[in-house]
Amino acid sequence: MADGPLKIAVPRGALFGETLDRLDAAGVDTSELRGDSRSLIFEASGMTLVTMRPSDVPTYVESGAADVGITGKDVLLEQADRVVFELLDLGFGRCRMVLASQTGSDRLGEAQRRLGKMRIATKYPRIAADYFERTGRQVELVEVKGSVELAPLVGLGDGIVDLVATGRTLEENDLEIREEIVEVTARFVANRVAHKLRAAEIDDLTAKLRRASDR
Amino acid sequence: MIHPIPPGTRDVLPDEMRELRKLQGALMEVFEGRGYGEVATPAIEYDEVMARADGPSRSSYRFFDESGELLALRSDMTVPIARLVASRFASGSPPFRFSYLASGFRAVRPQSGQMREFLQAGVELIGASADEGTVEVIEVLEAALDAAGLGRAVIGLGDADLYRQLLEELGVEGEARDSVLASLATHDLVGLEQKLVEAGIGTEQAQTCVRLTQLRGGSEVLEEAHGLGGGAVERATARLSQTYEELQGRGIADRVQIDLGLLRDLGYYSGAILEVYDPAVGRVLGGGGRYDGLMKQFGLDFSAAGFALYLDRVHTAQLEEARRG
Repeated sequence: MADGPLKIAVPRGALFGETLDRLDAAGVDTSELRGDSRSLIFEASGMTLVTMRPSDVPTYVESGAADVGITGKDVLLEQADRVVFELLDLGFGRCRMVLASQTGSDRLGEAQRRLGKMRIATKYPRIAADYFERTGRQVELVEVKGSVELAPLVGLGDGIVDLVATGRTLEENDLEIREEIVEVTARFVANRVAHKLRAAEIDDLTAKLRRASDR
Repeated sequence: MIHPIPPGTRDVLPDEMRELRKLQGALMEVFEGRGYGEVATPAIEYDEVMARADGPSRSSYRFFDESGELLALRSDMTVPIARLVASRFASGSPPFRFSYLASGFRAVRPQSGQMREFLQAGVELIGASADEGTVEVIEVLEAALDAAGLGRAVIGLGDADLYRQLLEELGVEGEARDSVLASLATHDLVGLEQKLVEAGIGTEQAQTCVRLTQLRGGSEVLEEAHGLGGGAVERATARLSQTYEELQGRGIADRVQIDLGLLRDLGYYSGAILEVYDPAVGRVLGGGGRYDGLMKQFGLDFSAAGFALYLDRVHTAQLEEARRG
């Protein structure tokens, strides 16, 4: 909310390191976050940095509990009904959302031909549903929370829709990419009211992050 | 034993109701005091009436009555009041001033804090000349915010025609246009730039367009917009600066923020659009604007303007402001 220091939602996990590097480059001191402190909230450079799971960032930013935040486009697509302003493509954390299935197997095609639909395990039911609807195919989506690569190996589904960075996890689990759905990167987002009422601070931070991304 | 109620609806108990009544009373007193007589309309309209407004104001809840007529729960009060004026005041002499305190009904997404049934307080000014009408409505809105004790609230003032005209000027049409407007409505700047470039606009011009959406503040943003050029921008800034000067003349421009990135998602606005923010609350408290086109849908050649405040959110803002001390 528009009182006190600007609150930034910082994603822990895969985007954490590069997010801190980018904030440093934008003049936000993140040294405290780099220690092994178990705190979740840090004061730095006149701002408040709040660390959280990437998938919680849209929730905090939409409600105004954080004024701005950084998270992956995959999270934003999966939670497309959350109202947050997407201000900047930060360019890091580049991954691909893909449809994958067992290497050398025609199980996907066979399911499609003989059963009329594929069973797909995913952590991204919304992105997957949109994709298959757009491409005119019937699927049965099975939502899982943990390692989705496991699903086709034990017969939970004919394939998976998942995020792939290097492709090594797929390879190790004997899976290969069949189709690419969308490429995602980290994005800088803002709360709708904060974007209006803290215009100068948010524009300044956006400009600094943009310069840091262009480097 | 617990008997559930549908998501997005709620009960109000006496402690809260006392505070809500006080707030409602303060707002309605402002409206009546400025000549906006209160009206009530049925919560159920013929679907054909609600459907005259395109887009999200189209009712989410429709059903058949015992004789097979398609009925709709109203999604806001602007459309029913336009209907009322067309039926009962078409031969009267404008301007007409009405206020209301009424529930609207919209579909919700689960767990988002959105309400399926929500209470709004607002005014409609129908048949006043365009610019004067906008200024008067903003004046009433400011008095209402003061009466609610929200001294820090800010009113965003934008122009609904800006991007429609700008896209026309740039030759973006059909599906490309709709997809660009969708990015604008959700304020997805990354998608906006991408879609403009895909629509065949040069990168530089696309970036200028994105910059335009980020201009918000005092009268200085009009000058900045001026520098970004184009006939559509020129016309919009001329309209905005005329309104703003009028507001300054009346000494009520201080809490108005000119915002070239404002785009209300209701389809019927044309010209000035408004949004209300309070620094203590992360959600928009209400909004409004001009809707001359909607009046035409009801066969009237009147310009019209109004606003609606979400009672619950204004109440939340009161509480947050009080906590701040």
